[in-house]
Amino acid sequence: MGIRRRFGRLITNWVDRKPFSTSSAIVEQTGKPLNLYSAINQALHIALETDPRTYVFGEDVGFGGVFRCTTGLADRFGKKRVFNTPLCEQGILGFGIGLAAMGNRAVAEIQFADYIFPAFDQIVNEAAKFRYRSGNQFNCGGLTIRAPYGAVGHGGHYHSQSPEAFFCHVPGIKVVIPRSPRQAKGLLLSCIRDPNPVVFFEPKWLYRLSVEEVAEHDFMLPLSEAEVIREGNDITLVGWGAQLSIMEQACLEAEKDGISCELIDLRTLIPWDKDTVEASVRKTGRLLISHEAPVTGGFGAEISASIVESCFLKLEAPVSRVCGLDTPFPLVFEPFYMPTKNKILDAIKATVNY
Amino acid sequence: MMAAWVRNSANIMINRFKSKMGSLGMTNFSSWSSSFTRTFPVVPASCAQNLRIPVGDFSNSPAHFRFCSYRFESGKAETLSDDGDANQVLDLPEGKVKFSYELSFISESAEERECCYRVLDENGKQILPSSYVEVSPELSVKMYSEMVMLQTMDNIFYEAQRQGRISFYVTTAGEEAINIASAAALAFDDIVLPQYREPGVLLWRGFTLQEFANQCFGNKADYGKGRQMPIHYGSNKHNYFTISSTIATQLPQAVGVAYSLKMDRKDACVVTYFGDGGTSEGDFHAALNFAAVTEAPVIFICRNNGWAISTPTSDQFRSDGVVVKGRAYGIRSIRVDGNDALAMYSAVSAAREMAVSEQRPILIEALTYRVGHHSTSDDSTKYRPVDEIERWKIERDPVTRFRKWIESNGWWSEKAEIEARNSARKQILHAIQEAEKVEKPPVADMFTDVYDCPPSNLLEQEKLLRETIKRHPQDYPSDVPV
Repeated sequence: MGIRRRFGRLITNWVDRKPFSTSSAIVEQTGKPLNLYSAINQALHIALETDPRTYVFGEDVGFGGVFRCTTGLADRFGKKRVFNTPLCEQGILGFGIGLAAMGNRAVAEIQFADYIFPAFDQIVNEAAKFRYRSGNQFNCGGLTIRAPYGAVGHGGHYHSQSPEAFFCHVPGIKVVIPRSPRQAKGLLLSCIRDPNPVVFFEPKWLYRLSVEEVAEHDFMLPLSEAEVIREGNDITLVGWGAQLSIMEQACLEAEKDGISCELIDLRTLIPWDKDTVEASVRKTGRLLISHEAPVTGGFGAEISASIVESCFLKLEAPVSRVCGLDTPFPLVFEPFYMPTKNKILDAIKATVNY
Repeated sequence: MMAAWVRNSANIMINRFKSKMGSLGMTNFSSWSSSFTRTFPVVPASCAQNLRIPVGDFSNSPAHFRFCSYRFESGKAETLSDDGDANQVLDLPEGKVKFSYELSFISESAEERECCYRVLDENGKQILPSSYVEVSPELSVKMYSEMVMLQTMDNIFYEAQRQGRISFYVTTAGEEAINIASAAALAFDDIVLPQYREPGVLLWRGFTLQEFANQCFGNKADYGKGRQMPIHYGSNKHNYFTISSTIATQLPQAVGVAYSLKMDRKDACVVTYFGDGGTSEGDFHAALNFAAVTEAPVIFICRNNGWAISTPTSDQFRSDGVVVKGRAYGIRSIRVDGNDALAMYSAVSAAREMAVSEQRPILIEALTYRVGHHSTSDDSTKYRPVDEIERWKIERDPVTRFRKWIESNGWWSEKAEIEARNSARKQILHAIQEAEKVEKPPVADMFTDVYDCPPSNLLEQEKLLRETIKRHPQDYPSDVPV
């Protein structure tokens, strides 16, 4: 716990992880500059404000959470709707499923995605099958599971993991990962209001680092819709969450060498927007996927296989994956483990020159 | 309708229900005297309350010699000064803790095991003086009739599985009283999160024999659309959550459901069932702790039937069963003779009253025996003596015991018995015949309800599957409509 708590305030930056923002295409909204955790906080405020049946709970949620995402919520909405739970992830999720099954919107926080595994059974065997197994007599669609995920520069094994692929193998849940404050707010509100259980992974590296203007009003961004955040003709890059900022830097570098990259934020991993990725690959003829999670069995493998199935004759090079390595997440070796800008850049060049 | 009937006939005369923690740290039921049919003496919830337990045997430990022996023998804490009270208390955020100057460990067990609450002896005779919640003749007969129905249903469905007509079955044999008496003590608005050995609760709530049969046959009338194995019942209209095969997962969910009832200020509670094996799961501990902390109106009913498939309770835990675990979580608890319908009814009535009026969780450990095999996939004579099974089946059968009691009251007769059993048998056979005639759910039902609406990958997979079926119809069961 001590280690967990310290994380809230320590953000170091061994790599040039620039604040990443929503593409200019939809920056017609105005709003105040917000960082990602404040955008999450705003979304939770709105969710609690607009639906009296919304509850927010988890370890240390009452005082504002170790990452400050729930700051001020208990004061504003009362300790019966925003509260601490015992330190027990399976309990949090089991409780959340029951609460959601009664027609409530249960927003459960798992303090770190690394600690979600004690709740795996409740998510996989219970939440995901609740509607199906009852023939739609019961559902826990009001359940949203928030968990900070991914590298943070100094998190070691247990404050760095990206476990999204485990959940992408489970019919019945949705997996959503935002890349920026505005995305985080709009997607989180969609997740909370979606009639299906959703796992919402928040890139903790960006909690403070990523700042952009976020409209103050209540707005939602669509689930299962990928977004082309940078158009290009030579190669398609697909990613999600914090990795997109690294990928964009690689795109900018590649541009200097005359390579035009199209960058897609998948946003929802299941059920994922195959059409958008397919359309892009049909245009560019090349695909690169990048994620922090280990390459073997990562969700990149699924995207790769699907695109090879549907676009085989359009592909001019093998699909490239630039991902985390197949080791536990290593503290000192994090810079070696990570799918860095130059690894991506090399892979872009290799794919384009194949 | 059934709910109204149950409540009206239950005649629970709990008018005044004090439940302060007594001086022994237990609920004092003596204030109930007006509610019970007989004056109720103060019986400690624990036979070994407040005993000074000597420290464990250190004789084999070298550490023994490092301590002064008087520290183990002394029954009194030594005080440093008479007015040093302030120094003898540790002030913690959650309250004060007294200091002790003895090196004394809390014993791993009480000197005597927790007692088991019982009203009827094994011959169905009321033990005097006993305290219980009064049950009217009508309700008693209704409870007995439903036990007979449950028993008959189990026998016939079990046979149907043996004949290959259904794929799987689990009986409730030996646990009919827990099923029916607990159900009878609840209100219809109370929400049930079952495990898989409580179909009697659903039967009591009015789930029809046809509905049971439809589920077991997985036909198109099954509410679960043929997706789950037999006995995984669920019925929204009966406030009975759909069963999953996983063990104890329903327990923390029950707390969440109860928290919702609490927030909505409903005059209802949640009841969740599980076995002795389930108490080893993390979810059991999570649930009790969450329930205590959130002060959720939920009754945990453990059917301690001695066996988790082939694992006896001696390989399951070293505590005095399950009831003692309640206190560790700050939950009021009782151990009940689960084969005594009157005791079970009284305990659940009292638990419900406390859960709802005081907004708190209650733990009930019902001692019983799984007379049947774990399921139709199990042969329990491989791991337990036949005479043990027979003794429980014949001498301790909860249905026979309750029958003797209602007969001794003049509310039941041999004639009524024969009629009830014949009628039950006829109705169940009819339900099975009808269920068998109904076609299976269509292939389309395979793809719905994964999400609220099918996403594109499922639409595509359905389309592909249908094309495959057209090409290879012989590969697929002919009784499932395409």
